[in-house]
This record gives sequence, structure tokens and C-alpha cells, in this order.
Amino acid sequence: MAAQSAGGYYVPHGSVWPILGSVALFFLLGGAASLINDDSGPGMIKFLIGLSLLLVMLFGWFGTVIKESVRGMYNAQVDVSFRLGMVWFIFSEVMFFAAFFGALFYARHYSVPWLGGEGDGFATNALLHPGYEAVWPTNGPAQVGGPFETIPAWGLPLLNTLILLTSGLTITLAHWALKVGKRGALVGWMWATVALGCLFLYFQGTEYVHAYQELGLTLGSGVYGSTFFMLTGFHGMHVTLGTIMLIVISLRCMSGHFSKNQHFGFEAVAWYWHFVDVVWLGLFVFVYVL
Amino acid sequence: MAHHGDHTHDAAHDGHDDHDHKPSGFFERWFCGTNHKDIGTLYLVFSLIMFLVGGSMALVIRAELFQPGMQLVEPDFFNSMTTMHALVMIFGAVMPAFVGLANWMIPMMIGAPDMALPRMNNWSFWIMPFAFALLLSTLFMDGGGPAGGWTLYPPLSIQGGNNVAFVIFAVHMMGISSIMGAINIIATILNLRAPGMDLLKMPVFVWTWLITAFLLIAVMPVLAGSVTMLLTDKYFGTTFFSAAGGGDPVMFQHIFWFFGHPEVYIMILPAFGVASEIIPTFSRKPLFGYQAMVYATASIAFLSFIVWAHHMFTVGMPLGGLIFFMYATMLIAIPTGVKVFNWVATMWRGSMSFETPMLFAVGFVILFTIGGFSGLMLAIVPADFQYHDTYFVVAHFHYVLVTGAIFSIMGAVYYWLPKWTGRMYNETLGKVHFWLSTITVNILFFPQHFLGLAGMPRRIPDYNVAFADFNMISSIGGFAFGLSQLLFAWIIIDVCFLKRGQKATAGVWEGARGLEWTLSSPAPYHSFSTPPKIDDRMLAHGDVAH
Ligand SMILES: [Cu+2]
Repeated sequence: MAAQSAGGYYVPHGSVWPILGSVALFFLLGGAASLINDDSGPGMIKFLIGLSLLLVMLFGWFGTVIKESVRGMYNAQVDVSFRLGMVWFIFSEVMFFAAFFGALFYARHYSVPWLGGEGDGFATNALLHPGYEAVWPTNGPAQVGGPFETIPAWGLPLLNTLILLTSGLTITLAHWALKVGKRGALVGWMWATVALGCLFLYFQGTEYVHAYQELGLTLGSGVYGSTFFMLTGFHGMHVTLGTIMLIVISLRCMSGHFSKNQHFGFEAVAWYWHFVDVVWLGLFVFVYVL
Repeated sequence: MAHHGDHTHDAAHDGHDDHDHKPSGFFERWFCGTNHKDIGTLYLVFSLIMFLVGGSMALVIRAELFQPGMQLVEPDFFNSMTTMHALVMIFGAVMPAFVGLANWMIPMMIGAPDMALPRMNNWSFWIMPFAFALLLSTLFMDGGGPAGGWTLYPPLSIQGGNNVAFVIFAVHMMGISSIMGAINIIATILNLRAPGMDLLKMPVFVWTWLITAFLLIAVMPVLAGSVTMLLTDKYFGTTFFSAAGGGDPVMFQHIFWFFGHPEVYIMILPAFGVASEIIPTFSRKPLFGYQAMVYATASIAFLSFIVWAHHMFTVGMPLGGLIFFMYATMLIAIPTGVKVFNWVATMWRGSMSFETPMLFAVGFVILFTIGGFSGLMLAIVPADFQYHDTYFVVAHFHYVLVTGAIFSIMGAVYYWLPKWTGRMYNETLGKVHFWLSTITVNILFFPQHFLGLAGMPRRIPDYNVAFADFNMISSIGGFAFGLSQLLFAWIIIDVCFLKRGQKATAGVWEGARGLEWTLSSPAPYHSFSTPPKIDDRMLAHGDVAH
């Protein structure tokens, strides 16, 4: 594990980006909190200041790291630290999604059946929600958000599944091209992956518009709408972030930043993309099919 | 240590940017710095400030409860004091204190130069003051701060005013900070150990932090998810926690406590680690049952994921659930008992001495065990139906967190302060601080057991006159305990700024073993710029004989 430490340790010099990032988060989230409390004046200004500072910070920090990496300042031990960082970050993301999957399972297996009178819920159903039958999908005894239809799994969602699975393949091909030193193939497969990511997002956007405008399915459609949009929405945000990361990596591939055996940045984004892919498979099965 | 002779080795693999000297300016060093010791100091100072802030809130609570009837504050402000006191103490005082100790000590204990991801380390810290600025600002808003309890149960929590969004975003920021801090600690321990520092030779403090960091990464995102659902329920029309839409407020409690119970161990496992460092030193014996300690810690961490519903016995759950969560919870007593047994066995026939760190460690073992036993009582479902949401629960978790977590933090500060500053603290004042704290903390919390058993509910500003005497005793203890902590602050100021103590040797304590004691006092700015040779005789732990 610690075999690489025989030479010299690498400790980076100080940096202004972390503190800038903290100030950015403070303005961004403080502004967002004011905004959703309908306090539009200073909220919007704070939010925009925070957002711009955050973008400056991200460009600055990643720029610094890329520059240092290209100059060969990171030894093998630093590489392992970065890998560990990325792996555990992805694990934390998995647990974030677990909270929302947990909500979905709880609603389907406990709260909705109980409202329908199952088990200990008999009196609840008879006295508070007479006539409510536990079915899925549901927007609850009060039919919150009004009648709605759901999106059939075997249309766009299936297509999106195939798109994401294919993108997992193309990024693997890109990795293979990188490892055998075929720059042209690498760049080609990378942009193919980016294109598939964008296509996925386009279809998901279409699906959302369809849901809101024609099916009556919104974030406010009871517990079905809540879990549906929370899970697919956070997944969509992650695809967006992943696509942006893929674009950055594609550009870096074109600039020749990566060598056959040193390309952690590439691998980190590939791991992230596979993670997004796997989460989608969970969504497809538990949100759309079942 | 040579600070400028470091550029002789293999230049191709070495960062030319690794500045071996301290950054020159104040801003560069404290706001932009990457040094694990500086960041550790920032965490510890922040934690001390938050300890005093959260403590003042506790004093508002105890002042109002000094007598029955409403005297000093409005009920809503009282509720926001109990809510804020908990949030500040948990996320602002206890957790950052342990992260600060981890930052200072882990690189020194495993023979590393610094943390694995030093810039991210800086960001982890600097998010915290901003998160707390966001949180504390709600106290000055129209409608006041959050007043529904730190557990943020809906529907009450989202019926608050504008503060809800601010509190939730503050929790998000604290989560980001904790997750990054934990990732850094795992990467450091797995990747930066000096050759020969095998996993099963690591100090127990490092082991407990490795496992704590895993818990943090596993559950802080779940907390983030649960509060995000609160946010959308309040502001964006979702119905996760509303039966009208098919959701369930109890669902929040399940998700929250899936985070909340491991969180308890996040605050206590590093305390176990600290006790496992201090007790062998002042017993002048190696730790008894090192491997058992490691496996017990891992077992506690594993069990912490399958006991969460013991916080919810009275809210309604199938009988099978009650029984499962009761027995799973009681199982935790086994690895915890192993630990207490091992600490006592370490002291058994040791040539013990009782300097301040040891006093706090022994106090920790005894008083934490009281908290453990009351926890066992609370785990029993039919008994919990009686105790739930009474002062018995308040007494229980304050024994665990104040005389457990905070006593261990204070012990750790006295234990390592000479290593950090190069000077001994005032031992007499340290002992006075220990005895004042120990006596007053028991006057403060022990009567609360009786109040709870007699039926006094928690989180109320007024109470039946039948509870008057014990409340008055508890409040007197509270103010005395609070004032005693000013002595703690003074002792630290005395060492750090007035520099009046005697100069400390490298070893500091006669019986101390471990890599951190091979470095000079104060420790050099970069702990180990080249990996140290690991010699079993100087290690505190593992399969080593002295
Ligand atoms: Cu618990």
C-alpha cells in the first residue's frame, strides 16, 4: 500500500480555491434559500454571485490540478490518493440515491398498503380514508395533484436504457483506444459517448414535457410523482454533470493530456459514468418496469 | 527536521512545488493553507467556539427550567434553543473536534507527511464556518430559528417559517464538509502509512477513525437525501411525508435514523480511540486485547446500521420490527462490553499515574458506561414506551455525549497539547478542571434520570411543580459545569499564547509509545518528510511486546 513513499512525498502548495468555494456555497445556498422563500430581490443577486464564484472556483481549481498533472508533478502515490478519493466519493453518491430508493420502497411496501387498510392500518383506512384502495401508482387518499397517467417503461425509458448501456460500451472502447495509444479512436469514441449522453438528456427532457403537459404527472402528483421526479431528476442532474465531465475529458484527450499508463482523470470520469449507468438500471427496473 | 534539504531525491517523482516552509502571510497560512496541523488547529478552535456557543444555549434552557413557570424566554424561543443547541453541539462542536484531532494526529501516528488530499482538507474545514453562519443567521430572522427539534421531524419541522430552507442548506453544507473530511481520512490511512506500519499495527485511534470515516461516507448522504425531501415537501409540492398523498411522516423518521444511529457512533468511536491511547500510556502497559478492540469497533459499526428504529418504538411499527430492533440494539452491548473490559484490564496491575489526560480517560470509562447502561434500558421496548421522550433519554445521551465524547476530547487535548505546542499545560489547573467538570456534570445530568422516570417530558419550557427540586439541582449543576469550561479555555490560552508552561520533551509522557512521540515537541511543520523506520518497540499497539 505505502510502497511508493520511498522517494519523496508530495504536498501541494496552498490554494485560494477552497476558501473561494466556501464563500461561493454560502452565497449560492443562502441566495437559493431566500429565493424559495419568495424573497426575490437580494436572493437572486446572492444566488448569482454564488453561482459565478462557484464556476470561477471550479475552473480555477481543476485548471490548477490539470496544469500540475500535465507538468508531471503527481507521483504514483498521489495517483492512488486521487483514486481512493474518487471511489469513496462515488460510494457517497450511491448512498445519496439509496435514501430516495428507500423512500420509494417504503411507500410501496408500507405506507401505501397501510393507508389502504392492510395490517395495522385497518382503522386508519376505515376511519380516515374510507374507500381508499392501495394500488400503485397512487397519489394518495386525497388524490394530491389530480388524476395522472404514468410513462410506459417500454417506450422512451427503454430507449434511454439502451442509449446509456451503449454509452458504457463506447467509453470502454475509448479507454481501450487510450491504452493502446490510438488517439484518433479515443477521441472518436469519447465524442460518441458525449453524444449519447446528450441524446439521453434530450429524451428525458421530452419525457418530462410529455408528463407535465399531457399525462398530468408532476412533482406534485402525490407520492408517485414525488418519488418519480426525485429519482429521475437527481439522476438526470448526474447525467448532466457526467456529460460536462465527459466533454472536458474529450477536450483533454484532444490536447493529448493522457498517456497510456497515466490517465487518472479519464478513469475517474469513466467510473462516474458507469455509476450513473448502474443507477439508471435501478431506476428503469424499480421506477418504470415494476 | 530539515526544512530545505528536501529536494535531493528523485526529482522526476517529486513535486517541485512542495513548499517545505510555512506560508508567509496570515491569509496564505490560515485561509489557503494545506498543512494538516494548521487545519487541525482551525478545526479545534472552531469546535471550542461552537462548544461555548452551544453551551450558552444550554444555559438559556437551564435558566428557564430553574423554576416551574415561564420566566425568561418565549416558548418558541425555548424550543429553538433546544433545537439549535443540539445542531451546534453535534455538527459544530463534537464532530469538528474529532476531525481536528484526526487531522493533527493521524499523519503523525502513521508516519505520513500530511493528509492525502491537503487542498480538499482545507475546503472541508472552511465550509464549516459558512455553514454555521447560515444556520445561526436563522435566529435573527422573522419567525426565529428552527424550533421543531434537531431531528427535524415533519410535519412540525416544515411548519416553521423561512428558517427551514436555511437550516436544510446548512445541513447540506455540513454534509459536504463531513464527507470530504472522511474521504481524506480514509485515503490518508490506506495510502500514506509508512512502510511497515501494517493495518494491525496502527494505533487504535487511527483504526476507530478509519471506521468512523466509513460510517460518515455511508450515512451523511442519507441525511442529505432526507432533508432534501423535507425541502421539496415544504417548497415544491411533494408528499413524501404526508399521508394525503400516499406518503408517511414516519418514513422520514426511518430515513433520518438510518443516518442518526450511525451518527451516534461517529461521535463515540473516535472517543474510544482516544481512551485506547491514553489509558495504556498512564498504565505503562500495552493495550490489553488490541485485536479485540479493532474487531469490536468494526462490529459496533456494522450493528449501527441495523438498529435505527429503536428511536421510534412508540411511533407505530409491526411487532416483528419492535422485537428485531430491540435485540439488535442489545447486541451492541457485547462489543461495547469488550471495550470496557479491555480498558479495565489494561489498567489492571499497571503502574498507574493520574495526570489530567488519564483522569479524563478514567472518568470517560466510568461515566460513559453509565450512559451505556441507560441505553440498554432504553433498548427494551416495553420500558421504552415509558421512557420515550422523557428526561431519562436526555440524561442518557448527555452521559454518552458529554461525559463520553466531550470528556474524551478534553482528555485528548491535555494528552497531545504538549506535543502540539511544545509546552506543558498547568497540571494543577488541569486537575481542578477535571474535578470541577466531573462533579458538576453529574449534578447536572444525574437528577435528569429521576425526572424522566417520574415522567417529565423533554423539550418543554414549563413543568409540573412536582419536578421543581431536581430541575433546580440540575440547573445549578449546569451553570457550574458551564463556568468550569472557562477554566479549560484559560488553560489552553495559557499554553498557546502566554507560553508559560515548562518546555515539553519529545516523549512528553513517561509511558507514551507510538510514532507521534518520536517527533520533537512542538512537532515539525511537516510531520515526516521521509517515511520513518518502523520499530516495533516504539509502537503502542499491535502484536508488539515491550
Ligand atoms: Cu440509536
